[in-house]
Amino acid sequence: MRYLPQTDKSRAEMLETVGVDSVDALYTDIPKSAFVDGLVDLPDYQGELEVERALSVMAAKNIAASDVPFFLGAGTYFHHIPASVDHIIQRSEFLTAYTPYQPEIAQGTLQALFEFQTFIAQLTGQDIANASLYDGSTATIEAALMAMRITKRKKVVIGTPLHPHYRDVLTSYMGNIDDSVLADGEPDDETACVIVQSPDFFGCPHKYDVWRKKCDATGALLVVVINEIISLGMLPAPTQADIVCGEAQSVGIPMSYGGPHLGFFACREKYLRQMPGRLCGMTEDADGKRGFVLTLSTREQHIRREKATSNICTNQGLCALAFTVHMSLLGEGGFKKLARLNHEAACRLADALASIDGVTIISEHFFNEFTIELPKPASIVVEDLATCNIIGGYALEGNRLLVTATEMTTEAHIQELLETLSEIL
Amino acid sequence: MTNAENRGLHYEESLLWEKDQRDACGVDLPSLENTPSRTGVEQRESIGLPQLSEPEIVRHFVRMSTWNYSIDHGFFPLGSCTMKHNPRLNEKLARLPGFAHAHPMQPVSTAQGALELMHELQHWLAELTGLRGVCLAPAAGAHGELAGIMTIARAHEQQGNAHKRIILTPDSSHGTNPATAVMCGYDVRSISTQGTGRLTVEAFKEALYKTDDKGADIAGMMVTNPNTCGLFETNILEISDLLHEAGGYFYCDGANFNAVVGKVRPADFGADVMHINLHKTFSTPHGGGGPGSGPICCTEELAQYMPVPTVIKAEDGSYVLEGVDDRPTTLGVLKAFQGQFGMHVRALAYMMSHGADGLKQVSEDAVLNANYVLKQLSDDYHVPFDGPCMHECLLTDKKQKEHGVSTLDIAKALVEYGYHPMTIYFPLVLPGTMLIEPTETESKETLDSFIETMKNIAADARDGKADEFHDFPISSPRKRLDEVKAARKPVLRWKEAA
Repeated sequence: MRYLPQTDKSRAEMLETVGVDSVDALYTDIPKSAFVDGLVDLPDYQGELEVERALSVMAAKNIAASDVPFFLGAGTYFHHIPASVDHIIQRSEFLTAYTPYQPEIAQGTLQALFEFQTFIAQLTGQDIANASLYDGSTATIEAALMAMRITKRKKVVIGTPLHPHYRDVLTSYMGNIDDSVLADGEPDDETACVIVQSPDFFGCPHKYDVWRKKCDATGALLVVVINEIISLGMLPAPTQADIVCGEAQSVGIPMSYGGPHLGFFACREKYLRQMPGRLCGMTEDADGKRGFVLTLSTREQHIRREKATSNICTNQGLCALAFTVHMSLLGEGGFKKLARLNHEAACRLADALASIDGVTIISEHFFNEFTIELPKPASIVVEDLATCNIIGGYALEGNRLLVTATEMTTEAHIQELLETLSEIL
Repeated sequence: MTNAENRGLHYEESLLWEKDQRDACGVDLPSLENTPSRTGVEQRESIGLPQLSEPEIVRHFVRMSTWNYSIDHGFFPLGSCTMKHNPRLNEKLARLPGFAHAHPMQPVSTAQGALELMHELQHWLAELTGLRGVCLAPAAGAHGELAGIMTIARAHEQQGNAHKRIILTPDSSHGTNPATAVMCGYDVRSISTQGTGRLTVEAFKEALYKTDDKGADIAGMMVTNPNTCGLFETNILEISDLLHEAGGYFYCDGANFNAVVGKVRPADFGADVMHINLHKTFSTPHGGGGPGSGPICCTEELAQYMPVPTVIKAEDGSYVLEGVDDRPTTLGVLKAFQGQFGMHVRALAYMMSHGADGLKQVSEDAVLNANYVLKQLSDDYHVPFDGPCMHECLLTDKKQKEHGVSTLDIAKALVEYGYHPMTIYFPLVLPGTMLIEPTETESKETLDSFIETMKNIAADARDGKADEFHDFPISSPRKRLDEVKAARKPVLRWKEAA
């Protein structure tokens, strides 16, 4: 077994030192009835070649976005990742380190987290950000739970069309809280927070001032959810919000059939002690040199146990690093330009689709994805396109289809989509 | 942060924003067409991002990486965290385009390979735990705990057991256990393990029947087995029987599954539902704090209540995702999409590499390594509970304390001598605990070196060198950091000096 350094000789020597005849003598505390008789019913060990062969066969059965015209977004986006991002995150020192609980020998991870927190705070226009959460959907429920703690209210209002999975997650978690209410529409005097996704699930960017006024009038917090973080290179920062959270997969992280992605969470400084998740802070070492540590852990489960602000422990450290490296490479100019490129690709796609008979562009305003109306059910069109090796978008109810373009979308992709759609419709 | 601080291979490195910003860029993007904006909102103003070229950025992060300790550097005996070797094959396979560039919402007909992989992983986990219902969606251990306890809550709700409001958990449990129970709306009742390191039937009964003589108000218990003292719960069969009699479910925290994987199925010691940390037992890398992955496995009875989705193999041999509409009894969705799929790929690659025989050897070597360390250090350090231990061993600083040397000092001395310390001050059941988990991927030679270092530290403590300890570490990139200052005046982001 290539991953196990012990040999029969070393095992025998160690058993002698321990003072037992066999390794089974070390398992005497376990009731006999709990032991597997022999081996579990699974295959025996395999070499690297065999494992690689088996999994490569499985991988080849999927359509990869890199191989076909691809117009699906809906909360997960296909973007280019510079080669140096993957190089950095595969360095042993980052990949195979633990959570930085011993800061003297984890400054690399810690400084990267500090830089990550700075990037997120800058992008969202908020005072502070944490060191990541699992994904956009769990970040959104954490925001709702935090708003409930702060306002001591139990009603959560969804203000603009929210990603359906995020809504499902809110529903499941809030089922644990007696008398909690999840509603659509406008805040009232019992509302803990209003959740405003922008661009919303159908692609439309929203203005925040109107929601800020409604929140101020009712005492609710304003939670802004961002699905496509690259939109923040073009759309205004949600500075009016109390909490900004969402999904940052678009920068540096592959889609990987749904995860691991990268939840982010930013808020105003006055709410710091109600925040969920890890925080990295600046300090000094014994010689007065600048250094970083995980801080304010008195909010967290390993100190506070049942009184913690959340049960979260492991987060998305390496994904936060990938994001940080990619954001560094983009920088101010590159990030804004990338956002414009996405928007321009979407404009080109919209103009092209509008030229097809029977297709109507529903979204007046959009960033890089928008809703169209087809002459027949969208779910059928998506399946038909898939048989032609085109991933056409996300089928909404009825004849509506949500389509996305990014910097990966080429003119050839758009032409292929047009030709195929013209045949199918 | 000047070059004057650099020595040999030790480099200082400023923050990105402190570098000379020259309007450079680390990516080359195509030209814009400058079409009018259709966003309907005003344009973003200055963000304040740094502006640097690719070589500067690569050097920045490579220099920072050299300040980190990792499992590839050396021994990492962090108890309860299972820091084992991370095979690079797993990384390679997770990056195959068919996995890395698959979208979670593309038609299932175009993602059959991904679903097949998840189905296969479900099968391996079911076989290894003896628990046949598997949901891969939870994002990490704590998220798996949430999924598990919500599964139990859903079962009680559907069975009309709303009066069951209490979750039992030992005082030695992970902090995530009580935090999770509270998130699910339960009251937490602690079971004392003081002085024993294990659950006794007596202490369990006291907690079980405290407010109702039949335990009718108990929803379930959360127990890590093997437990956080590195011991198997010898009374677990009797305890789980009593719990089941009272109508409660047994949630097994699977953090320590590495001790028994391939040898003991948790279903056979009474577990009804458990989570598996793929980033511990099945070696998907810890990545400096995630991403993890925390699938849950549960009995067939509970499977109807667990979260969706689960991958099902249809009669025609194709794979489908079972959703809320297919299983109305489910508690619902706990995370967007299908879970941390990239971690599923890595874990299955690891499992297939070991196979049934290799996984059994994993647990046996892990247990042997821990017992070897325990035996070799038992003269120099206080061993609170009699062995044998499972895959990790518990020591305390009782003997060193007499000489003014604490567990923290010992940990920082280990840093000085080139090791990552063990888990310290956990579990909370005793003062000054040190939990050592060597894992199976360490050789006898590595263990012998560590043992020698630990013996030297004990000898130095005995020889009255306490003052030296308080300065450790002195050779690491930073000396001891001021955590009080960090918490008192939190600085959580870079800001331009006013």
